[in-house]
Amino acid sequence: MAYKFDFGAIVPHWELLLNGVVLTTELTVVGSVIGVSLGVLGAWARASRAPVISQIVGVYVELIRNTPFLVQLFFIFFGLPALGVKLTEFQAAVLAMVINLGAYSTEIIRAGILAIPQGQIEAAQSLAMNRVQIFRYVVILPALKKIWPALSSQIVIVMLGSSVCSQIAAEELTFAANYIQAMNFRAFEVYFIVTGVYLVMSILLRWMLKVFGNFLFERRNHV
Amino acid sequence: MSLVELHAIYKSFGELEVLKGIDLRIEEGQVIALIGRSGSGKSTLLRAINGLETINDGTIMVAGKKVGDRDTDLLTLRLNVGMVFQQFNLFPHYTALENVMLSPQVVKKLSKAEAKEVAEEMLIKVGLSDKMLHYPDQLSGGQQQRVAIARALAMKPRVLLCDEVTSALDPELVNEVLAVVRQLAEEGMTLVMVTHEMRFAREVCDKLVFMHQGRIHESGAPEDVFANPKTPELANFVGGLAGAA
Ligand SMILES: Nc1ncnc2c1ncn2[C@@H]1O[C@H](COP(=O)(O)OP(=O)(O)OP(=O)(O)O)[C@@H](O)[C@H]1O
Ligand SMILES: [Mg+2]
Repeated sequence: MAYKFDFGAIVPHWELLLNGVVLTTELTVVGSVIGVSLGVLGAWARASRAPVISQIVGVYVELIRNTPFLVQLFFIFFGLPALGVKLTEFQAAVLAMVINLGAYSTEIIRAGILAIPQGQIEAAQSLAMNRVQIFRYVVILPALKKIWPALSSQIVIVMLGSSVCSQIAAEELTFAANYIQAMNFRAFEVYFIVTGVYLVMSILLRWMLKVFGNFLFERRNHV
Repeated sequence: MSLVELHAIYKSFGELEVLKGIDLRIEEGQVIALIGRSGSGKSTLLRAINGLETINDGTIMVAGKKVGDRDTDLLTLRLNVGMVFQQFNLFPHYTALENVMLSPQVVKKLSKAEAKEVAEEMLIKVGLSDKMLHYPDQLSGGQQQRVAIARALAMKPRVLLCDEVTSALDPELVNEVLAVVRQLAEEGMTLVMVTHEMRFAREVCDKLVFMHQGRIHESGAPEDVFANPKTPELANFVGGLAGAA
Protein backbone atom coordinates (compact mmCIF):
# COMPACT_ATOMS: atom_id res chain seq x y z
CA MET A 1 0.00 0.00 0.00
CA ALA A 2 1.55 3.26 -1.12
CA TYR A 3 1.79 6.17 1.32
CA LYS A 4 -0.71 8.89 0.39
CA PHE A 5 0.70 12.35 0.94
CA ASP A 6 -1.60 14.76 2.66
CA PHE A 7 -0.08 18.17 3.23
CA GLY A 8 -3.55 19.45 4.03
CA ALA A 9 -3.30 17.63 7.33
CA ILE A 10 -0.81 20.24 8.50
CA VAL A 11 -3.03 23.22 7.83
CA PRO A 12 -5.06 23.03 11.04
CA HIS A 13 -1.80 23.28 13.00
CA TRP A 14 -0.47 26.41 11.36
CA GLU A 15 -0.67 28.36 14.58
CA LEU A 16 1.62 25.91 16.33
CA LEU A 17 4.13 26.19 13.51
CA LEU A 18 3.93 29.96 13.55
CA ASN A 19 4.51 29.98 17.30
CA GLY A 20 7.49 27.76 16.69
CA VAL A 21 8.91 30.18 14.14
CA VAL A 22 8.40 33.09 16.52
CA LEU A 23 10.08 31.32 19.39
CA THR A 24 13.00 30.16 17.24
CA THR A 25 13.41 33.74 16.07
CA GLU A 26 13.31 35.06 19.61
CA LEU A 27 15.84 32.50 20.78
CA THR A 28 18.12 33.37 17.88
CA VAL A 29 17.91 37.13 18.29
CA VAL A 30 18.36 37.18 22.06
CA GLY A 31 20.96 34.40 21.97
CA SER A 32 22.97 36.05 19.19
CA VAL A 33 22.99 39.56 20.60
CA ILE A 34 24.08 38.45 24.05
CA GLY A 35 26.27 35.65 22.73
CA VAL A 36 28.22 37.89 20.35
CA SER A 37 28.59 40.54 23.07
CA LEU A 38 30.02 37.84 25.30
CA GLY A 39 32.29 36.84 22.44
CA VAL A 40 33.58 40.40 22.08
CA LEU A 41 34.44 40.54 25.79
CA GLY A 42 35.92 37.04 25.68
CA ALA A 43 38.03 37.88 22.65
CA TRP A 44 39.30 41.03 24.31
CA ALA A 45 40.25 39.05 27.40
CA ARG A 46 41.95 36.39 25.26
CA ALA A 47 43.87 38.94 23.22
CA SER A 48 44.85 41.07 26.19
CA ARG A 49 47.97 40.38 28.12
CA ALA A 50 46.15 39.71 31.38
CA PRO A 51 47.24 36.08 31.79
CA VAL A 52 44.78 34.90 34.44
CA ILE A 53 41.63 36.21 32.77
CA SER A 54 42.86 35.08 29.38
CA GLN A 55 43.39 31.54 30.70
CA ILE A 56 40.01 31.40 32.40
CA VAL A 57 38.34 32.42 29.15
CA GLY A 58 40.50 29.86 27.31
CA VAL A 59 39.23 27.07 29.56
CA TYR A 60 35.63 28.20 29.01
CA VAL A 61 36.10 28.23 25.24
CA GLU A 62 37.67 24.77 25.14
CA LEU A 63 35.07 23.35 27.50
CA ILE A 64 32.20 24.51 25.32
CA ARG A 65 33.81 23.69 21.98
CA ASN A 66 34.62 20.14 23.04
CA THR A 67 31.25 19.07 24.45
CA PRO A 68 27.88 18.53 22.73
CA PHE A 69 25.37 21.36 22.72
CA LEU A 70 22.64 18.95 23.83
CA VAL A 71 24.61 18.00 26.93
CA GLN A 72 25.26 21.68 27.72
CA LEU A 73 21.55 22.33 27.41
CA PHE A 74 20.61 19.38 29.62
CA PHE A 75 23.17 20.43 32.16
CA ILE A 76 21.66 23.88 32.38
CA PHE A 77 18.05 22.75 32.41
CA PHE A 78 18.19 19.49 34.34
CA GLY A 79 21.51 19.81 36.16
CA LEU A 80 21.51 23.34 37.56
CA PRO A 81 18.32 22.91 39.63
CA ALA A 82 20.47 20.75 41.94
CA LEU A 83 22.25 24.02 42.79
CA GLY A 84 18.93 25.77 43.23
CA VAL A 85 19.03 27.44 39.79
CA LYS A 86 15.68 26.65 38.25
CA LEU A 87 15.16 28.14 34.79
CA THR A 88 12.19 28.08 32.45
CA GLU A 89 12.60 26.24 29.15
CA PHE A 90 13.08 29.53 27.31
CA GLN A 91 15.62 30.85 29.80
CA ALA A 92 17.58 27.62 29.74
CA ALA A 93 17.53 27.54 25.94
CA VAL A 94 18.73 31.16 25.68
CA LEU A 95 21.42 30.64 28.28
CA ALA A 96 22.69 27.52 26.52
CA MET A 97 22.79 29.36 23.18
CA VAL A 98 24.53 32.37 24.71
CA ILE A 99 27.18 30.24 26.36
CA ASN A 100 27.68 28.23 23.19
CA LEU A 101 27.87 31.16 20.79
CA GLY A 102 29.93 33.12 23.31
CA ALA A 103 32.64 30.46 23.16
CA TYR A 104 32.70 30.05 19.39
CA SER A 105 32.52 33.77 18.69
CA THR A 106 35.29 34.44 21.21
CA GLU A 107 37.64 32.45 19.01
CA ILE A 108 36.36 33.96 15.78
CA ILE A 109 36.56 37.55 17.01
CA ARG A 110 39.95 36.94 18.59
CA ALA A 111 41.27 36.01 15.16
CA GLY A 112 39.95 39.35 13.89
CA ILE A 113 41.62 41.25 16.72
CA LEU A 114 44.94 39.50 16.14
CA ALA A 115 44.76 40.51 12.49
CA ILE A 116 44.86 44.21 13.37
CA PRO A 117 48.40 45.43 12.60
CA GLN A 118 50.35 46.02 15.80
CA GLY A 119 51.49 49.35 14.36
CA GLN A 120 47.96 50.74 14.51
CA ILE A 121 47.71 49.86 18.17
CA GLU A 122 51.09 51.45 18.83
CA ALA A 123 50.00 54.57 16.96
CA ALA A 124 46.94 54.75 19.19
CA GLN A 125 49.10 54.26 22.28
CA SER A 126 51.41 57.03 21.17
CA LEU A 127 48.33 59.25 20.89
CA ALA A 128 47.80 58.66 24.61
CA MET A 129 44.70 56.51 24.25
CA ASN A 130 44.10 54.02 27.03
CA ARG A 131 43.28 50.34 26.55
CA VAL A 132 39.54 50.77 26.51
CA GLN A 133 39.70 53.65 24.03
CA ILE A 134 42.05 51.71 21.75
CA PHE A 135 39.76 48.70 21.78
CA ARG A 136 36.64 50.73 21.19
CA TYR A 137 37.84 53.18 18.55
CA VAL A 138 40.73 51.45 16.81
CA VAL A 139 40.40 47.70 17.17
CA ILE A 140 36.90 46.34 17.36
CA LEU A 141 35.28 47.61 14.18
CA PRO A 142 38.04 46.60 11.73
CA ALA A 143 38.37 43.32 13.65
CA LEU A 144 34.66 42.52 13.27
CA LYS A 145 34.80 43.52 9.64
CA LYS A 146 37.53 40.97 8.97
CA ILE A 147 35.61 38.08 10.48
CA TRP A 148 32.02 39.10 9.75
CA PRO A 149 31.37 36.26 7.25
CA ALA A 150 32.63 33.64 9.72
CA LEU A 151 30.65 35.19 12.55
CA SER A 152 27.51 35.29 10.40
CA SER A 153 27.86 31.59 9.63
CA GLN A 154 28.24 30.84 13.31
CA ILE A 155 25.06 32.74 14.11
CA VAL A 156 23.18 30.75 11.48
CA ILE A 157 24.59 27.54 12.97
CA VAL A 158 23.30 28.64 16.36
CA MET A 159 19.86 29.34 14.95
CA LEU A 160 19.72 25.87 13.42
CA GLY A 161 21.16 24.41 16.60
CA SER A 162 18.26 25.89 18.53
CA SER A 163 16.19 22.96 17.21
CA VAL A 164 17.90 20.92 19.90
CA CYS A 165 16.03 23.00 22.48
CA SER A 166 12.93 20.98 21.61
CA GLN A 167 14.51 18.35 23.83
CA ILE A 168 13.73 20.37 26.93
CA ALA A 169 10.28 21.20 25.57
CA ALA A 170 11.11 24.76 24.58
CA GLU A 171 8.29 25.27 22.10
CA GLU A 172 10.38 26.33 19.14
CA LEU A 173 9.92 25.18 15.56
CA THR A 174 11.23 21.63 15.89
CA PHE A 175 9.19 21.12 19.03
CA ALA A 176 6.10 22.22 17.12
CA ALA A 177 6.90 19.78 14.33
CA ASN A 178 7.40 16.89 16.74
CA TYR A 179 4.15 17.76 18.43
CA ILE A 180 2.13 17.95 15.21
CA GLN A 181 3.41 14.67 13.84
CA ALA A 182 2.64 12.97 17.14
CA MET A 183 -0.97 14.07 16.71
CA ASN A 184 -1.54 13.37 13.03
CA PHE A 185 1.24 10.87 12.22
CA ARG A 186 2.13 12.94 9.15
CA ALA A 187 5.88 12.81 9.78
CA PHE A 188 6.95 13.24 6.15
CA GLU A 189 4.73 16.22 5.51
CA VAL A 190 5.53 17.99 8.77
CA TYR A 191 9.29 17.59 8.57
CA PHE A 192 9.27 18.41 4.89
CA ILE A 193 7.57 21.71 5.61
CA VAL A 194 9.69 22.46 8.64
CA THR A 195 12.85 21.78 6.64
CA GLY A 196 11.65 24.35 4.15
CA VAL A 197 10.87 26.83 6.91
CA TYR A 198 14.35 26.44 8.42
CA LEU A 199 15.87 26.89 4.98
CA VAL A 200 13.97 30.11 4.39
CA MET A 201 14.83 31.37 7.88
CA SER A 202 18.52 30.65 7.31
CA ILE A 203 18.56 32.47 4.01
CA LEU A 204 16.72 35.42 5.53
CA LEU A 205 19.06 35.51 8.50
CA ARG A 206 22.15 35.42 6.28
CA TRP A 207 20.75 38.23 4.22
CA MET A 208 19.93 40.35 7.26
CA LEU A 209 23.38 39.78 8.71
CA LYS A 210 24.88 40.88 5.45
CA VAL A 211 22.80 44.04 5.36
CA PHE A 212 23.62 44.73 9.00
CA GLY A 213 27.31 44.20 8.28
CA ASN A 214 27.19 46.63 5.38
CA PHE A 215 25.56 49.18 7.65
CA LEU A 216 28.09 48.61 10.40
CA PHE A 217 31.18 48.83 8.21
CA GLU A 218 29.90 51.41 5.78
CA ARG A 219 32.17 54.38 5.22
CA ARG A 220 30.63 57.24 7.10
CA ASN A 221 31.47 59.61 9.90
CA HIS A 222 32.25 57.75 13.08
CA VAL A 223 33.86 60.34 15.27
CA MET B 1 65.80 71.86 32.78
CA SER B 2 65.70 69.79 29.64
CA LEU B 3 62.40 68.82 28.11
CA VAL B 4 63.33 65.15 28.08
CA GLU B 5 66.20 63.62 30.00
CA LEU B 6 67.32 60.06 29.54
CA HIS B 7 69.66 58.67 32.09
CA ALA B 8 71.46 55.32 31.82
CA ILE B 9 68.82 53.58 29.73
CA TYR B 10 69.28 49.85 29.33
CA LYS B 11 67.12 47.57 27.25
CA SER B 12 67.45 43.92 26.33
CA PHE B 13 65.35 41.61 24.20
CA GLY B 14 66.00 38.29 25.90
CA GLU B 15 69.75 37.73 25.73
CA LEU B 16 70.32 40.55 23.28
CA GLU B 17 71.27 43.83 24.92
CA VAL B 18 70.13 46.56 22.54
CA LEU B 19 70.55 49.73 24.60
CA LYS B 20 73.63 49.79 26.79
CA GLY B 21 73.39 52.88 28.93
CA ILE B 22 72.02 55.79 26.95
CA ASP B 23 72.24 59.33 28.32
CA LEU B 24 70.55 62.02 26.29
CA ARG B 25 69.01 65.41 26.90
CA ILE B 26 66.47 66.88 24.57
CA GLU B 27 66.17 70.63 24.96
CA GLU B 28 63.10 72.64 24.10
CA GLY B 29 63.19 73.62 20.42
CA GLN B 30 66.08 71.32 19.61
CA VAL B 31 66.11 69.25 16.44
CA ILE B 32 68.08 66.05 16.89
CA ALA B 33 68.92 63.47 14.24
CA LEU B 34 69.66 59.92 15.33
CA ILE B 35 71.87 58.09 12.88
CA GLY B 36 73.63 54.77 12.87
CA ARG B 37 73.74 51.39 11.26
CA SER B 38 70.80 49.06 11.05
CA GLY B 39 70.40 47.27 14.35
CA SER B 40 72.27 49.89 16.38
CA GLY B 41 69.16 50.53 18.50
CA LYS B 42 67.77 53.77 17.08
CA SER B 43 64.15 52.63 16.85
CA THR B 44 64.34 50.93 20.21
CA LEU B 45 65.56 54.17 21.76
CA LEU B 46 62.72 56.21 20.24
CA ARG B 47 60.18 53.61 21.27
CA ALA B 48 61.58 53.62 24.79
CA ILE B 49 61.23 57.40 24.98
CA ASN B 50 57.56 57.00 24.11
CA GLY B 51 56.98 54.09 26.46
CA LEU B 52 56.35 51.59 23.67
CA GLU B 53 59.27 49.54 24.99
CA THR B 54 59.64 49.04 28.71
CA ILE B 55 63.21 49.68 29.72
CA ASN B 56 65.17 47.34 31.97
CA ASP B 57 67.02 50.09 33.75
CA GLY B 58 67.48 53.84 33.77
CA THR B 59 65.23 56.83 34.14
CA ILE B 60 63.23 58.96 31.76
CA MET B 61 62.26 62.44 32.88
CA VAL B 62 59.80 64.54 30.95
CA ALA B 63 59.49 68.21 31.87
CA GLY B 64 61.27 67.46 35.12
CA LYS B 65 58.99 64.61 36.14
CA LYS B 66 60.15 61.04 36.33
CA VAL B 67 58.14 58.60 34.24
CA GLY B 68 57.16 55.62 36.37
CA ASP B 69 55.62 52.42 35.12
CA ARG B 70 52.05 53.14 36.10
CA ASP B 71 49.56 53.42 33.24
CA THR B 72 48.75 57.03 34.10
CA ASP B 73 52.45 57.95 33.94
CA LEU B 74 52.60 56.50 30.46
CA LEU B 75 49.58 58.47 29.33
CA THR B 76 51.04 61.69 30.71
CA LEU B 77 54.32 60.91 28.97
CA ARG B 78 52.53 60.39 25.68
CA LEU B 79 50.58 63.61 26.00
CA ASN B 80 53.96 65.34 25.91
CA VAL B 81 55.70 63.08 23.43
CA GLY B 82 54.16 62.32 20.03
CA MET B 83 55.44 59.80 17.54
CA VAL B 84 55.34 59.20 13.81
CA PHE B 85 56.25 55.80 12.42
CA GLN B 86 57.86 54.45 9.30
CA GLN B 87 54.62 52.68 8.36
CA PHE B 88 52.15 55.58 8.76
CA ASN B 89 49.78 53.36 10.80
CA LEU B 90 46.64 55.32 10.00
CA PHE B 91 43.34 53.87 11.17
CA PRO B 92 41.82 52.42 7.97
CA HIS B 93 38.18 52.87 8.94
CA TYR B 94 38.45 56.61 9.51
CA THR B 95 38.91 59.46 7.05
CA ALA B 96 42.01 61.63 7.23
CA LEU B 97 40.02 64.16 9.23
CA GLU B 98 38.67 61.53 11.62
CA ASN B 99 42.13 60.05 12.09
CA VAL B 100 43.34 63.45 13.26
CA MET B 101 40.23 64.27 15.31
CA LEU B 102 40.01 60.99 17.18
CA SER B 103 42.53 61.48 19.92
CA PRO B 104 41.79 65.14 20.69
CA GLN B 105 38.18 64.08 21.04
CA VAL B 106 38.46 60.92 23.10
CA VAL B 107 41.64 61.63 25.03
CA LYS B 108 41.54 65.39 25.47
CA LYS B 109 37.74 65.41 25.55
CA LEU B 110 37.44 68.28 23.11
CA SER B 111 34.00 68.77 21.66
CA LYS B 112 33.49 67.54 18.14
CA ALA B 113 33.59 71.08 16.80
CA GLU B 114 36.80 71.93 18.65
CA ALA B 115 38.47 68.69 17.57
CA LYS B 116 37.44 69.34 14.00
CA GLU B 117 38.90 72.81 14.11
CA VAL B 118 42.25 71.55 15.40
CA ALA B 119 42.28 68.69 12.91
CA GLU B 120 41.54 70.94 9.97
CA GLU B 121 44.23 73.35 11.05
CA MET B 122 46.78 70.53 11.20
CA LEU B 123 45.76 69.01 7.89
CA ILE B 124 46.03 72.40 6.22
CA LYS B 125 49.46 72.80 7.78
CA VAL B 126 50.65 69.57 6.14
CA GLY B 127 49.12 70.61 2.85
CA LEU B 128 46.13 68.26 2.75
CA SER B 129 43.19 70.64 2.85
CA ASP B 130 41.72 68.90 -0.19
CA LYS B 131 42.08 65.35 1.16
CA MET B 132 40.39 65.61 4.53
CA LEU B 133 37.50 63.31 3.68
CA HIS B 134 39.62 60.66 2.01
CA TYR B 135 40.24 57.30 3.59
CA PRO B 136 43.83 56.10 4.04
CA ASP B 137 43.58 53.65 1.16
CA GLN B 138 42.63 56.55 -1.10
CA LEU B 139 45.83 58.43 -0.30
CA SER B 140 49.40 58.07 -1.53
CA GLY B 141 52.11 57.04 0.91
CA GLY B 142 53.36 60.60 1.19
CA GLN B 143 49.87 61.87 1.90
CA GLN B 144 49.27 59.15 4.46
CA GLN B 145 52.48 60.04 6.23
CA ARG B 146 51.48 63.70 6.29
CA VAL B 147 48.14 62.73 7.84
CA ALA B 148 50.08 60.75 10.43
CA ILE B 149 52.16 63.84 11.20
CA ALA B 150 49.01 65.98 11.47
CA ARG B 151 47.48 63.36 13.74
CA ALA B 152 50.44 63.48 16.09
CA LEU B 153 50.55 67.30 16.01
CA ALA B 154 46.87 67.61 16.83
CA MET B 155 47.66 66.39 20.33
CA LYS B 156 50.01 69.38 20.70
CA PRO B 157 52.95 67.33 21.94
CA ARG B 158 56.05 69.12 23.21
CA VAL B 159 58.35 66.71 21.38
CA LEU B 160 57.76 64.78 18.20
CA LEU B 161 59.64 61.55 17.59
CA CYS B 162 60.01 60.52 13.95
CA ASP B 163 61.26 57.05 13.09
CA GLU B 164 62.44 56.94 9.48
CA VAL B 165 59.30 58.68 8.30
CA THR B 166 60.36 58.59 4.66
CA SER B 167 61.85 55.11 4.46
CA ALA B 168 58.66 53.41 3.33
CA LEU B 169 58.00 55.98 0.61
CA ASP B 170 58.67 55.94 -3.10
CA PRO B 171 61.57 58.32 -3.85
CA GLU B 172 59.35 60.92 -5.53
CA LEU B 173 57.20 61.20 -2.39
CA VAL B 174 60.07 61.70 0.06
CA ASN B 175 60.40 65.42 -0.44
CA GLU B 176 56.83 66.37 0.35
CA VAL B 177 57.18 64.72 3.75
CA LEU B 178 60.63 66.15 4.41
CA ALA B 179 59.27 69.59 3.57
CA VAL B 180 56.69 69.24 6.33
CA VAL B 181 59.32 68.13 8.82
CA ARG B 182 61.56 71.00 7.81
CA GLN B 183 58.72 73.44 8.31
CA LEU B 184 58.08 72.05 11.79
CA ALA B 185 61.75 72.45 12.63
CA GLU B 186 61.69 76.04 11.43
CA GLU B 187 58.64 76.75 13.56
CA GLY B 188 60.57 75.68 16.62
CA MET B 189 59.04 72.27 17.20
CA THR B 190 61.24 69.98 19.26
CA LEU B 191 62.08 66.99 17.08
CA VAL B 192 64.01 63.77 17.43
CA MET B 193 64.28 61.92 14.19
CA VAL B 194 65.88 58.73 13.06
CA THR B 195 66.88 59.29 9.48
CA HIS B 196 69.04 58.06 6.67
CA GLU B 197 68.64 61.35 4.81
CA MET B 198 72.06 62.73 5.72
CA ARG B 199 71.80 65.88 3.70
CA PHE B 200 68.49 66.70 5.27
CA ALA B 201 69.88 65.97 8.74
CA ARG B 202 72.80 68.24 8.09
CA GLU B 203 70.60 71.09 6.94
CA VAL B 204 67.85 70.88 9.51
CA CYS B 205 69.31 69.52 12.72
CA ASP B 206 71.05 71.26 15.61
CA LYS B 207 72.51 68.06 16.90
CA LEU B 208 73.55 64.79 15.42
CA VAL B 209 73.64 61.65 17.54
CA PHE B 210 75.50 58.66 16.17
CA MET B 211 74.50 55.35 17.69
CA HIS B 212 76.71 52.32 17.51
CA GLN B 213 76.03 48.94 19.09
CA GLY B 214 73.54 50.24 21.61
CA ARG B 215 75.55 53.25 22.74
CA ILE B 216 75.75 56.88 21.78
CA HIS B 217 79.11 56.72 20.15
CA GLU B 218 79.51 60.32 19.17
CA SER B 219 77.37 63.42 19.05
CA GLY B 220 77.62 67.09 18.25
CA ALA B 221 76.76 69.79 15.75
CA PRO B 222 76.16 68.27 12.31
CA GLU B 223 78.94 70.20 10.55
CA ASP B 224 81.55 69.11 13.09
CA VAL B 225 80.41 65.55 13.21
CA PHE B 226 80.38 65.14 9.46
CA ALA B 227 83.59 67.07 8.85
CA ASN B 228 85.69 65.67 11.68
CA PRO B 229 84.42 62.35 12.91
CA LYS B 230 86.36 61.52 16.06
CA THR B 231 85.88 57.79 15.95
CA PRO B 232 86.71 55.32 13.18
CA GLU B 233 83.16 53.90 13.41
CA LEU B 234 81.56 57.22 12.56
CA ALA B 235 84.17 57.98 9.88
CA ASN B 236 83.39 54.60 8.45
CA PHE B 237 79.64 55.20 8.60
CA VAL B 238 79.86 58.64 7.01
CA GLY B 239 82.38 57.41 4.44
CA GLY B 240 80.20 54.43 3.60
CA LEU B 241 77.32 56.76 2.91
CA ALA B 242 79.42 59.01 0.71
CA GLY B 243 80.65 55.97 -1.19
CA ALA B 244 77.13 54.75 -1.71
CA ALA B 245 75.85 58.09 -2.92
N1 LIG C 1 60.76 43.24 19.64
C1 LIG C 1 62.03 42.79 19.46
N2 LIG C 1 62.36 41.55 19.86
C2 LIG C 1 63.62 41.09 19.71
N3 LIG C 1 64.62 41.80 19.18
C3 LIG C 1 64.36 43.04 18.78
C4 LIG C 1 63.05 43.60 18.89
N4 LIG C 1 63.08 44.85 18.40
C5 LIG C 1 64.35 45.07 17.99
N5 LIG C 1 65.13 43.99 18.21
C6 LIG C 1 66.55 43.89 17.93
O1 LIG C 1 67.20 44.97 18.54
C7 LIG C 1 68.23 45.46 17.74
C8 LIG C 1 68.06 46.94 17.52
O2 LIG C 1 66.89 47.14 16.77
P1 LIG C 1 66.37 48.58 16.32
O3 LIG C 1 65.10 48.35 15.59
O4 LIG C 1 66.34 49.47 17.49
O5 LIG C 1 67.51 49.02 15.31
P2 LIG C 1 67.58 50.30 14.38
O6 LIG C 1 68.81 51.01 14.74
O7 LIG C 1 66.30 51.03 14.43
O8 LIG C 1 67.77 49.62 12.96
P3 LIG C 1 67.15 50.02 11.53
O9 LIG C 1 68.02 51.12 10.99
O10 LIG C 1 67.26 48.77 10.74
O11 LIG C 1 65.74 50.45 11.74
C9 LIG C 1 68.24 44.64 16.47
O12 LIG C 1 69.22 43.66 16.56
C10 LIG C 1 66.86 44.03 16.44
O13 LIG C 1 66.88 42.80 15.81
MG1 LIG D 1 64.68 51.34 13.07
